[in-house]
Amino acid sequence: MTPPLLEIDGISKSFPAVLANDDIRFSVASGEIHAILGENGAGKSTLVKMIYGLMKPDTGSMRLAGQLYSPARPSEARARGVGMVFQHFSLFEAMTVLENIAIGINPELTKGDLRGRIVEVSTAYGLKLDPARIVGTLSVGERQRVEIVRCLLQSPRLIIMDEPTSVLTPKEANVLFETLRCLASEGSSILYISHKLEEIRALCDHATVLRGGRVVGRCVPRKETARGLAEMMMGAALLPPQREAHPIGEIRLQLRSLSIASEEPFGVNLDAIDLDVRSGEIVGIAGVAGNGQTELMSALIGERLAEHAEAILINGVEAGLKGPNPRRALGTCFVPEERLGHGTAPDMSLTENATLSAIVRKSLTARGFIKTPVAAAFADEIIADYNVKTGGRDHLARSLSGGNLQKFIMGREILQAPSVLIASQPTWGVDAGAAASIHKALLRLAKSGTAILVISQDLEELFAIATRICVIANGRITEPKPVETLTIDAIGMAMGGQAPRRLAYAEA
Amino acid sequence: MLRLEPRREPSKTMFYLTPLLAVILTLLAGAVLFAALGKPSLYGLQLIFIEPLQSARGLAELTVKATPLILIAVGLAIGFRGGIWNIGAEGQFALGAVGGSSVALAVYPDGGPWLVPLMCCAGIVSGMVWAAIPALLKTSFNANEILVSLMLTYVAILLLGMLVYGPLRDPEGLNFPESRLFQTSATLPLLWEGTRAHIGFLVALFAVALAWVLLQWHLVGFAIKVLGQAPRAARFAGFSANRLVWICFLISGGCAGLAGTFEAAGPVGQLVPAIPVGYGFTAIIVAFLGRLHPLGILIAGLLLALTYIGGETAQITMTVPSAITSVFQGFFLFFLLAVDVLVTHRIRFASSRRAARPVLQPAE
Repeated sequence: MTPPLLEIDGISKSFPAVLANDDIRFSVASGEIHAILGENGAGKSTLVKMIYGLMKPDTGSMRLAGQLYSPARPSEARARGVGMVFQHFSLFEAMTVLENIAIGINPELTKGDLRGRIVEVSTAYGLKLDPARIVGTLSVGERQRVEIVRCLLQSPRLIIMDEPTSVLTPKEANVLFETLRCLASEGSSILYISHKLEEIRALCDHATVLRGGRVVGRCVPRKETARGLAEMMMGAALLPPQREAHPIGEIRLQLRSLSIASEEPFGVNLDAIDLDVRSGEIVGIAGVAGNGQTELMSALIGERLAEHAEAILINGVEAGLKGPNPRRALGTCFVPEERLGHGTAPDMSLTENATLSAIVRKSLTARGFIKTPVAAAFADEIIADYNVKTGGRDHLARSLSGGNLQKFIMGREILQAPSVLIASQPTWGVDAGAAASIHKALLRLAKSGTAILVISQDLEELFAIATRICVIANGRITEPKPVETLTIDAIGMAMGGQAPRRLAYAEA
Repeated sequence: MLRLEPRREPSKTMFYLTPLLAVILTLLAGAVLFAALGKPSLYGLQLIFIEPLQSARGLAELTVKATPLILIAVGLAIGFRGGIWNIGAEGQFALGAVGGSSVALAVYPDGGPWLVPLMCCAGIVSGMVWAAIPALLKTSFNANEILVSLMLTYVAILLLGMLVYGPLRDPEGLNFPESRLFQTSATLPLLWEGTRAHIGFLVALFAVALAWVLLQWHLVGFAIKVLGQAPRAARFAGFSANRLVWICFLISGGCAGLAGTFEAAGPVGQLVPAIPVGYGFTAIIVAFLGRLHPLGILIAGLLLALTYIGGETAQITMTVPSAITSVFQGFFLFFLLAVDVLVTHRIRFASSRRAARPVLQPAE
């Protein structure tokens, strides 16, 4: 009998005061797609970092194709045929796709026609990529393609994929699944890290479920319901967000042929966008990354000003030429896509980050001086009300996990009682538990009469919470349609065609 | 084996401890240096770091040298916190000296209690005007403010030379490139009679307090800190980067200009081409050694002033080269940068596996 391709035998890893992995055991057969399932903080990342040679286990051993395997660095892992696609990209923005790929792979692979092979691999797997583009001009989704292609170029035996679909469209995700199935049928094994239950059910042969650093379950995902998997992962029953009918009121946010030329050389220009958002409704904007979402968000926040004051009306007031804080004064709050560095300053405390966007609406200044006690109380209120797991308000924003930081940002904006809330990717890279609580908070806010605009690439999310949905493509948006009249297929077609997927919590 | 391991959060303790460590390492390196020169090490260090503190004259001189260093460094640190790099304080200092002196010379030999305040205002405005050039080029053309401000330093020094050799030259000075000696009412009141210590030191202390309040409690200070750490977050918060560039350059230029006027109206007493002696550059070391914190800058400014005075003493007493001052200042900056890594990293001895397991907690 051939040994399994990868055997993990009793691996443990501890950090100061945290046991990240505790006696992990599982194996991956050749040609198997194996899921590692778990919430943020379950220890998935630590585990795969050890397999990829970025960290060393404290105890335990690994075997690759029967041979003892203990990579001291990623280049050793790659030499043994282990490749990895990261959740957070390790790309240099100022360099081209080709240069980024060339510096990230073993040097002998860069000889010959690397450009040709990039084009070949990217077209073979439906991952459209121009090797000459500067990475800084690529969207999040496109950057991930660079990472995937870089990994595939090394024809690895074992591919580790850390949340690869979180930035892909359903269509792109399906293409990726085909790619992965094809690779598996060629004998490669895939270690698939995700908390998206539907795709694990559709794709993976086996799953190992982690919680709190331990293996808490093993299963064949096809035989489980999405809800069953979610509960195994969270160790608690998962409640779907409740939608209740409530009246829709007057128009709160109006966009009147909003057009803005992009600042980026390869950016998308916003082209005559018209949209109304009414009190009590949640309007969703679906779309593939890089179709103008970033530009639209900065136009809405007021980081980029519109050409005319009347292009944006907030509660009937012309705001197109106003900056972020005057717009906040008119009642609008914003949740940007990027949590670290845009929504928060990573190296500042939670108190300072609570101050960041709440100066106007929470009246946090008096004669130019910041009312620190008031700001601190506000930070405490966010942490308590939104169940943010942290050592306290003096900790740095960067010390929070993605889900907790997103809850903090959501709480900061919602507790300012906005009459209009604009959120971009509110649950990007957030675990199922935190996503559900963010969705509940948004529905509660809509019920209280706030007009909400959500820009998201996650169709499941939009179908779960939105009243009306439209699609952004190439800087234009379609007419929003009530969610009852839409199918995921129809939206997917507008985005560029895709297969149906069901909601994780609509089942059971 | 020594190993560097990243910390999960930067260490606050180390952040304030590393400057002290840099001072200790500088003393050790200084001892080695003296030994290599064949001079008694401990005596050398004593001459530089202790001797000046043992006499009233030494203490008074300390405040004279520390005043420009602290005043300039406090202004620079505000900008540095926001990632706004004014490297041209030396030029703004020179222009400040020109501005203040011009007022005194214009009314010569008249004067009165109004003259010194007026000179100070002129010095501040001159420094600001010189600092406004990089600010303007930065905000309108996105020109690199480091290069522009640095290069303007040399222009400023040449401008100073031109004025001292030309219109501001002492008409009775036998063609020496110096201005007149200022009238009494144009010189700074002294703190102690018989020394050179002047009230500029009190102004520097006041500037430290103001900067501390600004950075700690004021919205402008908060905006500067956000801009320095996360420019996109500053944009999100509605803070205008251009406005902050202007504010920071005007503050730092004004401080440097005031320091220039103090130097001319204080210890020098006239305008000479050698007014800019490098305070504007040493102040950058002071700012970083003081952790860009006003109180830290106060301590660092006094320490670096000590190297100026102690360096002179050592030069005379032990016949070592005058470069000894610059060498010690270089040591400070070098060691500070070197030990800075301890703020974000910790040192581990050997790759020992921990025997005791910590309690189970959810991982990051």
